[in-house]
Amino acid sequence: MLQAAQRSEKKTKGKKTAPHERYLEAYRWMLQTRVFEDKLASLYRGGLITGGVYVGRGQEAISAACGMFLQKGDIFAPLIRDQAGRSAFGEPLIDVARTYLGSRQGPMRGRDGNIHRGKPGQGQLAMISHLGAMISVTVGVLLAKKFKGETGFVGLTTIGEGGMQSGATHEGMNIAAVEQVPLVLVATNNHYAYSTPNDREFACTDLVDRAKGYGFEGYTVDGTDLAACLDVIGGAVKRARAGRPPQLVVASVLRLAGHGEHDDASYITDEIKREPFAQDCLKCAEKVIVDLNLADAETLKKWRDEAAAEVENAVATAQKEAAPEAGEEDWCAISMRHLVDQIP
Amino acid sequence: MSITYLEAIREAQAKLLRDDDRVFIYGQDVGGNFGGAFKATKGLAKEFPGRVLNAPISEDAMVGTAIGAALQGMRPIVEMQFADFSSIALNQILNNAGTHYWRTNIPIPITVRLPSGGTKGSGPFHSQSMESLYAHYPGLVVMTPATVEDAYTMLIEAVAIDDPVVYCEHKYLYYHLKADRLPTEGLPIGKARIAREGRDLTIVTYSAMLHESLTVAEEFANEGLEIEVVDLRTVKPLDTDTVLASVARTGRLLCVGESFPWGGATAEVIARVTAEGFHLLDAAPARINAKDTPIPYHPNLWSAHRPSAKTIAEKARNLLRE
Repeated sequence: MLQAAQRSEKKTKGKKTAPHERYLEAYRWMLQTRVFEDKLASLYRGGLITGGVYVGRGQEAISAACGMFLQKGDIFAPLIRDQAGRSAFGEPLIDVARTYLGSRQGPMRGRDGNIHRGKPGQGQLAMISHLGAMISVTVGVLLAKKFKGETGFVGLTTIGEGGMQSGATHEGMNIAAVEQVPLVLVATNNHYAYSTPNDREFACTDLVDRAKGYGFEGYTVDGTDLAACLDVIGGAVKRARAGRPPQLVVASVLRLAGHGEHDDASYITDEIKREPFAQDCLKCAEKVIVDLNLADAETLKKWRDEAAAEVENAVATAQKEAAPEAGEEDWCAISMRHLVDQIP
Repeated sequence: MSITYLEAIREAQAKLLRDDDRVFIYGQDVGGNFGGAFKATKGLAKEFPGRVLNAPISEDAMVGTAIGAALQGMRPIVEMQFADFSSIALNQILNNAGTHYWRTNIPIPITVRLPSGGTKGSGPFHSQSMESLYAHYPGLVVMTPATVEDAYTMLIEAVAIDDPVVYCEHKYLYYHLKADRLPTEGLPIGKARIAREGRDLTIVTYSAMLHESLTVAEEFANEGLEIEVVDLRTVKPLDTDTVLASVARTGRLLCVGESFPWGGATAEVIARVTAEGFHLLDAAPARINAKDTPIPYHPNLWSAHRPSAKTIAEKARNLLRE
């Protein structure tokens, strides 16, 4: 499974990384994400999180790969199931814990409770729930960088097979190709849009076939295979950075959770759970690590313990912090205070 | 020399492109030699190469792209071909641009130009006035300039504002309205203007309906009745103080707007005046809007669908009788 990754050596965050080192780094982001999201799910079930919890179980490999090849100056516009990619891109766990637990010190200050968080000033855009909307926003950031004469940058944004069916996605993909910006769009087909299976979502043979129609270059990847994800995403990022047309990568996985933690996902059939794409990418990656002896059992345990400690620490910190107070909120939706409408 | 409302919009954009490297214009048919469906960008693509760009028929993606560019410090102006088509971009304008500052502390300085309002023969999809819809949502400034001078200075201000601005320019005024020269400065944004002083009745209005209202005021003056006309200039923020001060002088309020009648800017003005200044009113406040149907094509129907000097005069007369 590692052969593909071993063939290509790519720069990660400015330094040369050997393929097995990158594999292990990505694995650790996946592991931390799994441990963290299991914790969030248990907090949710215990009634300690208000609002929804949305996890990326089963999608950690493709998501981590998305964050691994982006550098300072690049743009990442993640979506609902991208904790692994967000972490790999540089989002601190404490930002996530503070957001979900409603700390006033979090990046969203209690104004948003889960996945819409972002730090646009640091290249991580703040998604909205309306699917496809962030594609053209990413295009705009990249276009402005072109206007300003910057070079060598790339933008990566993600979507699911559900979001691939929206009008905004169509407009966004088209305008990306018209403007010839260095964009990578990673579409992860987890086979369900909430409860709706693929056959009620689209009727084409493979979503990657759409690439040609938009003037993108298209690739598919097995989202359960971390090495393949690193290889294909790494290649797409490299090509976009080098000035090739926008890149579409379609990954295949099964969502190994509900749409959110409120959802028992009873609609996912036993038949689909036996498909190859239904494998757990984290377990697959662990098997590779053990089979190829990339790390010993003791190291794997140490990493798991470290992830658990980091997660506990972030959650404990956020839980101690004060919640936002309505009386201290300025209730002002625009930045130019003198223009605020004083509605009686 | 005389300059039209439309030329003022073009001149404002030329000045913005000349003075500020961050400005670019994005919209359908704005580039090349064409200069836009109404010629509001005529000659600008040639004068400012690479900064006046044709966009595909993708209103959602046009605004999304502008939002992204604004995040990088640019000051995009998006031209909608007609205000009506901005409904395709509602999601980006309301949910993305309008929420961004609140959510992330980073404002989105985009200006979306909406060629608005009715001209005869334009029908249901090329005549809409959407200011009330945009004003309903948080996070946006909504401008409705009624004069050549305001068209010019307010567009320059719109681009300077750090927050998203919906700039509603009226298509009927494009050619009908002329001024001798362009001003160097205008009233502050958010400040209404007393377009005509009076003592018997206050008409609060904006955009093209200002001129219908002024016509009525002139007509009534011949009978010795003095109507005060307030031009809101921006429907959001809404200058409640200026409106209340006028109603305090006249005791009577009529609100006139061209958008559909359910809710909206005129209803908002009446709600504020009755809540804050009930004691100032000598008669129940009234309002006139377009009818609650899609906008008709035929001039006979269209001229009856929108408020006009005739219907405004009737309403004003009833109010003055009370």
